Amino acid sequence: MAGRGRGVAAFTFNIDALGISRGSMPEARVGPSPLFPSIDFKPVPLKAGEDEDYMLALKQEMRATMQRLPHNIKPQSNKSEVERYTERYLKKSQIEDEDWTPDWSLFPKELMPQTKKPRAKAGTKKKPVKISRKETEDMLSKLDELAKNDDRNPEKSDDETEKKPGNEEEEEVEAEEYDEEDIEEENDYIDSYFDNGEDFAADSDDNMDGEATY
Amino acid sequence: MTAQEVRLCGLLLHEHFGEVVEKVGTHLLRSGAQNLRTIIHETGLSVDLVKKSLMVLVQHGACLFSSGRKGPGSPTEYRSGCDRILRILRYPRYIYTAKTLYGDTGELVVEELLQRGHMTMSGTVKTVADRLTQNMEEGRSMDYSEVSSAFSKLVETHFLQRCPKLAGAGTADSTTSAIPPTPESFPDCYKVPHMTLVGRGKRQLAAEDGEDQRNAKRQKMDSEVDEGIYWQVNFERFHLHFRDQAIISAVANKLDQTSSEIVRTMLRMSEVTTSPAATCTKPLSANEIFRSLPASYNIPRPILDQYLTLLVDDPMEFVGKAGESGGGMYVVNLHRALANLARATLESVVQERFGSRSARIFRLLLRKRHLEQKQVEDFAMIPAKEAKDMLYTLLSQNLVQLQEIPKTPDYAPSRTFYLYTVNQLPTARMLLQNCYKTVANLIERRLFESKESKRLLEKSQRIEAILASLQASGAEPEQLTEVEEMITAPEKQQLDALKLHINKLDSAENQVDETIFLLESYVNSTATSTV
Repeated sequence: MAGRGRGVAAFTFNIDALGISRGSMPEARVGPSPLFPSIDFKPVPLKAGEDEDYMLALKQEMRATMQRLPHNIKPQSNKSEVERYTERYLKKSQIEDEDWTPDWSLFPKELMPQTKKPRAKAGTKKKPVKISRKETEDMLSKLDELAKNDDRNPEKSDDETEKKPGNEEEEEVEAEEYDEEDIEEENDYIDSYFDNGEDFAADSDDNMDGEATY
Repeated sequence: MTAQEVRLCGLLLHEHFGEVVEKVGTHLLRSGAQNLRTIIHETGLSVDLVKKSLMVLVQHGACLFSSGRKGPGSPTEYRSGCDRILRILRYPRYIYTAKTLYGDTGELVVEELLQRGHMTMSGTVKTVADRLTQNMEEGRSMDYSEVSSAFSKLVETHFLQRCPKLAGAGTADSTTSAIPPTPESFPDCYKVPHMTLVGRGKRQLAAEDGEDQRNAKRQKMDSEVDEGIYWQVNFERFHLHFRDQAIISAVANKLDQTSSEIVRTMLRMSEVTTSPAATCTKPLSANEIFRSLPASYNIPRPILDQYLTLLVDDPMEFVGKAGESGGGMYVVNLHRALANLARATLESVVQERFGSRSARIFRLLLRKRHLEQKQVEDFAMIPAKEAKDMLYTLLSQNLVQLQEIPKTPDYAPSRTFYLYTVNQLPTARMLLQNCYKTVANLIERRLFESKESKRLLEKSQRIEAILASLQASGAEPEQLTEVEEMITAPEKQQLDALKLHINKLDSAENQVDETIFLLESYVNSTATSTV
C-alpha cells in the first residue's frame, strides 16, 4: 500500500538480474488466443511418391473393406419401408459372408448370446414353471432344427468340450441348444446369433431371391 | 492413457468398427478393467450389442479378458489398451512392407489377417487364393501351395505368430497368473502345422453367385487339420524392421550408400541373434562383415576397414567398436541410434516451427545442457533482444525448461541463477502427444469434409453403381453417357476438389504416423535402458 501512490508497477525484486527491462514486457492478453493463429513459417509439404500413393490407396481400401465386414457393428436402424431402387445395386457390393462365426473356445463363456428366439415363442406366461418352459423350448428348438435341416453333414465342433462347471443349469441347457443349432447350420447364417428382424439375418437374403422385379 | 490417445483411439474404432464398438472401446479405455455387467450398465447399450462389440475387440486383440480380481469365481474382467488400437494407423505400412518383402501373395496374407484379427492358416490360404484368382486372367487360378509357401515364409521370419491359447477362456480353474501369457511364451509359437492344402483358388463368377457360395460352404465341411490354431500378425517384428530401415536410411543420408550397405549387412546378420529390447547388436567381426557383404559391392578389405572406422568416429554413434579380435569387433548401437533419430526429429520440429535461429538455440541447449541467458546469447551469436524473444517463445511452448539454482535458501529472484535447459525424453513425450492430437484433428477434418459434401458423394456413388450394373448387363454407350451426364460439371469439380482434400488428409495421417513410430520407439527404448 505504501508504494501505491508513487510507482504502481514496482517489482519486488531487482529486474535487471533476469536480463529484462520494463519496456520489453509482452502485451497483456485481452482474451483467449485465436483458434487458427497465423503462423510465421509455412509447414513443409507432404512427401509425394510411389510409396506414399500406394499406401494411401491401401489405407482407403482397407477403410472401405473394414466398414463392410461383419465386424463393423451398426446400431439398430429403422429399415425404410420401401427399398430405394439404387440401394439394391449398392447392396450387391456387400461382402457375401455377412455373418461371422467365431470360435467360441477363444472367448469367455458369457459372451455367447443366449437363445432368445424359442423363449419368445414359448408363450406369454409371466412366470412359467421352469421345467415345462424348458420342455417347450426343447420342443420348439427341435422343431426349428428339423424344419431347417437340409441334409448337411454336421461338422465336428469343439464347443461342447468347453463348459464352465460353475454355470447355472439353464444356461448350460441353452448353451447346448445353441451348440446343436451351431452344428446344424455351420454355414453363414446362424439365426440365434442376431435378434429377430435384423438386417443381417438369413431370412432377408433368402427373400430377396424370390422378390419380384419392380 | 492420455486424453489425446483415447480420443484418437475412439476415432479409429469408429472408422473401422462402427459407433457401437467405439462406445464400448472408449469406455473400457477410460475406466480400466471392468466386468460385463458394469459395461452394460454404464454405456447404456443393449446386452447383445455390448457382447458383440466385446467379441470384435477380443478378436482383434484390442481387449483382453481375465478372471476377476476377487478370485476364480468372480466374473471375467475386460481391459483394453491404447497401443493395440493405435496400431490401426500403421496397417498400410505393414501391408506395404509385406509387399516389398514377399510380393503380392504376402501382401494379401497380411492384409487378410489384419482385417480379420486372427484366422487359421487354411482359412487364410483359401481366401487369399480366391482373391488372387479374381485378379488373374480367365482360365488361370492360383494354387494353394504358392500361398502356403508365402505363409510359411512369413512365419519363419517371425512376421506372423500363433495366437496365445488363453487358459481362462472356458475353464473355471484358471489359476494362472494375472498377466495373460504373451505369444512368445509358447514354444511352438512359430511352428507351421503340417498340412498339405490341395486345391486352387475359386473364381467368383457373377452369374453363378449362389452356386459358388454353396460350393464354398461344402468345402468348409471337410475336416480342418488345423482347427484351433490361429495366427496373428506380429507387430513387434514389423517394428524392428522399420527401426532397421530408419537407421539404414539415416546412415545413407549422412554418409553414403556404401556405408549404409555395410550397416544393412550388419543388421541383417544380427536379425536372429538380437533380442527386441537389446541395446546393441551382438559384436560382429570385420572378417564376418566382409564375407557377408552382398556380391554387388566389391569393395576391397582395407576400404571396408576405413568405412567402419568412419562409422565409429561419426558423432551419430550408430556403430561402435567393441573389441579388436577378428579384425575389429563392431556393434550397432540400437538405442543410441534411436535416441539420435528422436533428437533429430525434435530439432527439425523446432526448425520448421520457429526458424533456424531458434533451432540453433535449441541444439545449443541440447548439447550444453544448462546455460544462462547471457551464455545463450554469446554461444548462439544472436543479438540479445532476439535471443530473449526466441527463448521465451520456446519456453512458452514448453520445449525449453527453466531451472532455478538458488544462492540463498529463500529463493530470492535477485540472488538466483536461472538456467535454460532441454530434457530430451519429456520433450519427446510431449511431441508424441502432439502427434496423436494432430492425427485426431486430421481425421476429424476429413470426416467434416465428407459430411459437408455427403449429398454429392452419395449421388456419385449411386451413379457409379448404376453404371456398373449397366455395363455388366451390356448397355449401349448412349445409355452410359446419359447416366454419366447426370453429374453436372461444377459438381464434378467439387467432387475432384473434395477428393484432393481427402487424399491429402489421408496421406498426412500416414506420414505423421512415421514420426509417431520414431518417437514411440525412442520412448519405449528408454523404458528398458538408461541410455
